[in-house]
Amino acid sequence: MIRSTRSPLATFGMVLATLLLSGQSIAASLLVQSTTSTANSGLYKYLLPLFEAQTGIQVKVVAVGTGQAIRNARNCDADILLVHAKEAEEQFVKDGYGIDRSDLMYNDFIVVGPPEDPAGIHGSKDVVKALEKIGKTKSMFASRGDDSGTHKKEISLWQLAGMAPDGKEQKWYRSTGSGMGATLNTAVGLGAYVLTDRATWISFGNKSDFQIMTEGDDLLFNQYGVILVNQQKCPEVNSIEGQQLIDWLLSEKGQFAIGAYKRDNQQLFFPNANI
Amino acid sequence: MLRNYVFSLRNFRITMQDLGQSFALAMRLILDFDADLFEIITLSLHISLIATAIACVSGMMFGAFVAVKDFPGRSAVIVLMNSLMSLPPVVVGLIVYLSLSRAGPFGWLGLLYSPSAMIIAQVLLITPIIAALSRQLLEDLYQEYREQFDSFALSSMATVRAILWDGRYSLITVALAGFGRSVSEVGAIIIVGGNIEHFTRVMTTAIALETSKGNLDMALALGIILLLLSLLVNAMVSTLRLSATRLGYA
Repeated sequence: MIRSTRSPLATFGMVLATLLLSGQSIAASLLVQSTTSTANSGLYKYLLPLFEAQTGIQVKVVAVGTGQAIRNARNCDADILLVHAKEAEEQFVKDGYGIDRSDLMYNDFIVVGPPEDPAGIHGSKDVVKALEKIGKTKSMFASRGDDSGTHKKEISLWQLAGMAPDGKEQKWYRSTGSGMGATLNTAVGLGAYVLTDRATWISFGNKSDFQIMTEGDDLLFNQYGVILVNQQKCPEVNSIEGQQLIDWLLSEKGQFAIGAYKRDNQQLFFPNANI
Repeated sequence: MLRNYVFSLRNFRITMQDLGQSFALAMRLILDFDADLFEIITLSLHISLIATAIACVSGMMFGAFVAVKDFPGRSAVIVLMNSLMSLPPVVVGLIVYLSLSRAGPFGWLGLLYSPSAMIIAQVLLITPIIAALSRQLLEDLYQEYREQFDSFALSSMATVRAILWDGRYSLITVALAGFGRSVSEVGAIIIVGGNIEHFTRVMTTAIALETSKGNLDMALALGIILLLLSLLVNAMVSTLRLSATRLGYA
């Protein structure tokens, strides 16, 4: 030891590097960027162990809004994208980030609201008319406001109703900028109407006395799609395992499993892959 | 008026009931040795302790150096250090995300959505806190013994070492402040960790998740457990410190 002032620093650096790299697993694993509705409803917890048992491939799911999921996948931080915004998904494929989008399953959106029902829309089927009434009566409405699949759907519905509410002009329109669950919590707290996917609503634990107000309109159809991230854009993508997962999800076995998943005796997702 | 008052009392009672229920749930989770719960507790501790250790080594060294050394721009460095204490976690999360993303400069490391990424974010968040607090504390100490240090004509390195050793008991509180921040933080680690089940899910991201699922009692129960955990860590450190001082005076 001639001069040792540098060596503690070097040791520190080495320890640091070891600590940081120690958590890495070598086994093949897949990264899925997906929506909160599929994760929060417990679908993956039920579905993925079936796939893992069959193939030994470990699947990790990051659950964020559709907009953020697509952005993360564009940064190559995903092997598979499983979201619900068909137009944005097709754009993703068109831009070369994804290979071949497939329909996977669907459920539907619903409008839920407080039992007082200030806009008088309870039991209605026509969602455009329901939104019109909410706007006319200036009843409180909570929006996701986060560029998610649900938010995109909501905007398109307001457009059909001939309105484009924003929180500045229309004080009754509250844009939360958060996930579905957080927005539902806000809506329950405010006594506001809110558009949600049915899976999240059924599995949501803080419903209070809120009820389904509007359901059953064809416009409320909610299609989920699955896309393999393109290896030519993102060389790190685990294409082979990724394709295996997609093939399994679209296979009879996977489709049956999706249809068999239930919460409170209700089916949450309806498989509709073209097989 | 009175009606409002009675109404708010009623709401208060409901809140207390919620708290009571969540506390009972927390106890049940702990006593049942819920495997998932212990997994996330372990990961929470693992990440926070490593992050705190790394931040302590670098932050305290840096803080001590600034405390004893006079150099041009020193006040600017101090202002900067103090300001960095209020680094917004989400911004730190975003910066780490962008650096570790496969599209980013360190994407080749493959660290995004791993516990390591969470540690990196935590280190960035708490190092300034530890550095700034240590600097203030050690500078006060240094001023007190300045003449003695000067009379020994110690090198800066030796002064830094001496002052760190002298301030060791007070520095424990600084370390605990860093640990507290890192174990309770959610904004940064949910972005870089992804809250992946059985892999990067920790106490705080689990609380956020349960809240978003509307399972408020479960979220609150996890919050109570996190607080108990922090209490345990603090009690352990406090005991160690007490016995160490006693030994020191014996």
